[in-house]
Amino acid sequence: MEYPVEFRYTEEHEWVKIEQYTATVGITHHAQDQLGDVVFVELPAIGAKLQAGSPFGAVESVKAVSDIYAPISGDVTAVNEDLLDAPEKINDDPHGEGWLVRMTVFDGAEIQGLMDAQKYAEYVAAETVG
Amino acid sequence: MGRIRQHQTQDEALLFERSSPGKIGYQLPRMDVPETDPLEALGAKLVRNDVAGFPEVSEVEVIRHFTRLSTWNYAIDLGLYPLGSCTMKYNPRLNEAVARIEGIIDAHPYQPECLAQGLLRIQRTLEMYLADITGMDAVTLQPAAGAHGELTGLLLIRAYLESRGNARRTVLIPDSAHGTNPATAAIAGYEVREITSNRRGMIDVEAMRAMVDGSVAALMVTNPNTVGIFEQDIAQVAGLLHEHGAQLYMDGANMNALVGVARPGEFGVDVMHLNLHKTFSTPHGGGGPGAGPVAVRRHLEPFLPVPRIQSTSEGLRFDSNRPSSIGRVRAFYGNFGVLVRALAYILAHGGDGLRNATVDAVLNANYVRKGLEGHFDLPYDAPSMHECIFSDALQAKHGVKTGEIAKRLIDYGFHPYTVSFPLIVRGALMIEPTETESKRELDEFVEAMQAIASEVKADRDLVRKAPVTTRTSRVDETRAARRPTVIWNDDGRN
Amino acid sequence: MRYLPKSPAERAEMLATLGLDSIEDLFASIPEPLRQGSSLAIPAGQSEYEIREYFEARARESGRGYACFLGAGAYNHYRPVVVDSIATRGEFLTAYTPYQAEISQGVLTTIFEFQTMVAQLTGMDVANASMYDGSTAVPEAGMMAVRITRRERLLVSRALHPEYRQVLDTYYQRQELPADTVAFDPETGQLDLADLEAKLAPDVAAVILQTPNFFGIVEDVREAAELAHRNGALLVVVFSEAASLGLLAPPSEADIVAGELQSFAHPPSFGGPYVGILATKQRYIRQMPGRLVGQTLDSHGRRAFCLTLATREQHIRRAKATSNICTNQALVALMATVYMALMGKRGLRELAEQNLSKAHFLASALQASGAELRFSGPFFNEFVARPTRRSANEVNELALRSNVIGGLELVRFFPELEGTLLVCATETSTREAMERYATCFRRKPDG
Repeated sequence: MEYPVEFRYTEEHEWVKIEQYTATVGITHHAQDQLGDVVFVELPAIGAKLQAGSPFGAVESVKAVSDIYAPISGDVTAVNEDLLDAPEKINDDPHGEGWLVRMTVFDGAEIQGLMDAQKYAEYVAAETVG
Repeated sequence: MGRIRQHQTQDEALLFERSSPGKIGYQLPRMDVPETDPLEALGAKLVRNDVAGFPEVSEVEVIRHFTRLSTWNYAIDLGLYPLGSCTMKYNPRLNEAVARIEGIIDAHPYQPECLAQGLLRIQRTLEMYLADITGMDAVTLQPAAGAHGELTGLLLIRAYLESRGNARRTVLIPDSAHGTNPATAAIAGYEVREITSNRRGMIDVEAMRAMVDGSVAALMVTNPNTVGIFEQDIAQVAGLLHEHGAQLYMDGANMNALVGVARPGEFGVDVMHLNLHKTFSTPHGGGGPGAGPVAVRRHLEPFLPVPRIQSTSEGLRFDSNRPSSIGRVRAFYGNFGVLVRALAYILAHGGDGLRNATVDAVLNANYVRKGLEGHFDLPYDAPSMHECIFSDALQAKHGVKTGEIAKRLIDYGFHPYTVSFPLIVRGALMIEPTETESKRELDEFVEAMQAIASEVKADRDLVRKAPVTTRTSRVDETRAARRPTVIWNDDGRN
Repeated sequence: MRYLPKSPAERAEMLATLGLDSIEDLFASIPEPLRQGSSLAIPAGQSEYEIREYFEARARESGRGYACFLGAGAYNHYRPVVVDSIATRGEFLTAYTPYQAEISQGVLTTIFEFQTMVAQLTGMDVANASMYDGSTAVPEAGMMAVRITRRERLLVSRALHPEYRQVLDTYYQRQELPADTVAFDPETGQLDLADLEAKLAPDVAAVILQTPNFFGIVEDVREAAELAHRNGALLVVVFSEAASLGLLAPPSEADIVAGELQSFAHPPSFGGPYVGILATKQRYIRQMPGRLVGQTLDSHGRRAFCLTLATREQHIRRAKATSNICTNQALVALMATVYMALMGKRGLRELAEQNLSKAHFLASALQASGAELRFSGPFFNEFVARPTRRSANEVNELALRSNVIGGLELVRFFPELEGTLLVCATETSTREAMERYATCFRRKPDG
């Protein structure tokens, strides 16, 4: 699997794409693959204040629930409401139409601590073997 | 010739689809008093027209409907049902008969105590026997189920610790525990801290030592644990907890391995629950009703839920005047009908018979384990008690997982084992045959499992498509969860 | 032992397969000091005949052949024989929770029908697969309201079944959540709406009321709902007499309905097992506790059912689950389902009307003999009577002598209602028995 080079990644398998002062957040291909068919997504309200590393929602399959953690801190400006009716978009297009929230970027420096595409691919490979 | 359709016994419609206005399945007795006009007695505002959508069917259709549906079920009466930690044993029919005796089945919970002496004696006797079996000092029969017993038990611990000044904050739970344990601890107002099991599948006493301090209220442990292994260090664990003023809670889900062989009260347990629908054979009935009596050591007795049964010179009575009690955990006195069945089971076995049942349960589990070793991966080699746990590691290499092996087992005529539990074993197969299986049934089960192990190597698609012999093929659980339809509506047949 | 299907030779053969010398070796992993030293003190195993005799003897020590006018959360209704003939079928009786949908369509389908009929009865959108009983469904509904509103306080009607209220207190106090009671109007026996209004505050998660309430009085759900909703609280409506739903307007204004279906073909059985229900609006479905069955398709495209939304539950979400509840009362729910199918739309109505008529006849008979109705509110099949010529206790003592179990002395739960009886009549109460009970209210004959 190719992981987009313009994204940054967390150890909890979220991705974040920064454009100017806005960030888009989703879960990675690997995360959705581990979870299986997504049946429900719990998203925060617009305006919610997210703290880097804290859970802000959950993605559910038939038999598992996975918390989603904020990769960076900021305020939620949009949530992907399409997912409420079509959670399968997370499986079909995790890095695109399956995005979860958009948020403001509070501290640009937080992004430095995240993995780039190559590092994340290695991280996933190591985790899968172990 | 017309098109051949599926036989109607296999294509039974829902009640609502069989309904037709004016059909009836009842007749009430003739009224012997004047009729009261509902509108006059209650006023138009409080009266409904009719129950919209309610079915109208005849008696024979009701019988056929439910009889046809019943044939779409698997059940213990049909064969081996080796769900691990569920103890699916034979449900003696005598127990159904005695629970329906007049004077028992029709007894009202508020009838005067002078007219309930026999019923109180039934409860008193069962309490006594369960105390003997568990080695504990007192028993309450009120909790309606295992999880309800767990809640009662933790509330007892909380009340006890509070009486000593501090309810404390955390409950320790091994990572192999049933999900009800952490859920119950949370509802009882405790934070859960997980203990990692050691390489032998047991509690690591040294690791635990570092976690026990004055903030810990209790440890909840299942013994034998969910890996089917007796916690050998249980006495040290109890000692460690007691040293720090904490309590030891035992989940008695696996008591079928211990009855007559070991008493939890003798290895330091302070409070435990029993599942009468597991160890004591009351029918599971598709998910309930069960009963989850709680047994305690002397120091917790004052806190037991009300009412308690008390012996007086005028006979037995209910005592609700117990100032230290945690209160009432359900209306009336527990699932009395279930208690009657459990007592009948105990009477049928007697003390020695109960022990013999335990022996056969452990023998059966080890016999199955022996038959499957080499064909399936055994993650822990410690001796098994009443259930054995394998993993799908050997089959996963061929792309087949525990859930698929389970579905294929259905084609061989068996109910699957417990799938993917305990969580500490990746791809777990948890097998509990119970004592009420014959050697022949076990041999056939082992053969089936071995055959599936071969199929995985030879024709894995066969396994992954299973079940292929059932009326209903693989059910789409994802679809059900994405757009939940939990009640019938007119466009029902999709 | 007749339940153990092994011959001694087979046992020996199995031990040999395991390479063990004796059965003691099976327990080698239990440290010696932890093994049981003495055998169980339970007498030797008994025959079917002896066990039957044992329970017959216990039944004889209890009340048999009495006419009973007790209700108060456990009701005597006629049980059609079809119910037991279905419920004792091994395919239903001896199955487990339907995790394996492909071989559990029987129980799954009946639960789906149960959920549907409960929703129809209560006027709610969705219902779960059942709870332990009515009393434990109430705290579950309360905790659900707390999750939905993110508020903590519950306002509980004092006319809720006192034992239900005690159960709620047990669950609630330990979580250190606040709960207050709302008074009942001493004239009508209905919820005191002024008291409710006064107590509604911004921290109230839910108002919990029962209808017909513990005194048998029918409540005005609509007004309570309006008050609760105006304050951002939910309304939880509780019922313990399901037969009333054949006649009473469904509590569709409620947000959650919690109740007890014992009346539908389950015998009083000295207090259990019964079957609780929980129903709610579609939008709260994910906050519901307990099992839920949903409709779907199998791989051949045929309608099928399975357990669904399991991620709410303890086996997946563990400490964060909506509840620790694991079981549903499937077998009792099945009995209720069979009963509802037999009664159907018309039967349920007729049943409710008979109950109403019998209770009103009994109320008049008691009034004529020497009692007054304590409350003026409308009642269904239960009412509070105050004997005027004898004490409540005397009335019941006298009744026992003519094989009648009288109503419940309310002083047990409500000191202010000393001298009153909660009396219930159902379709099983005969005119003759009601008149026999009424006689006990008459003035003592002189001398």
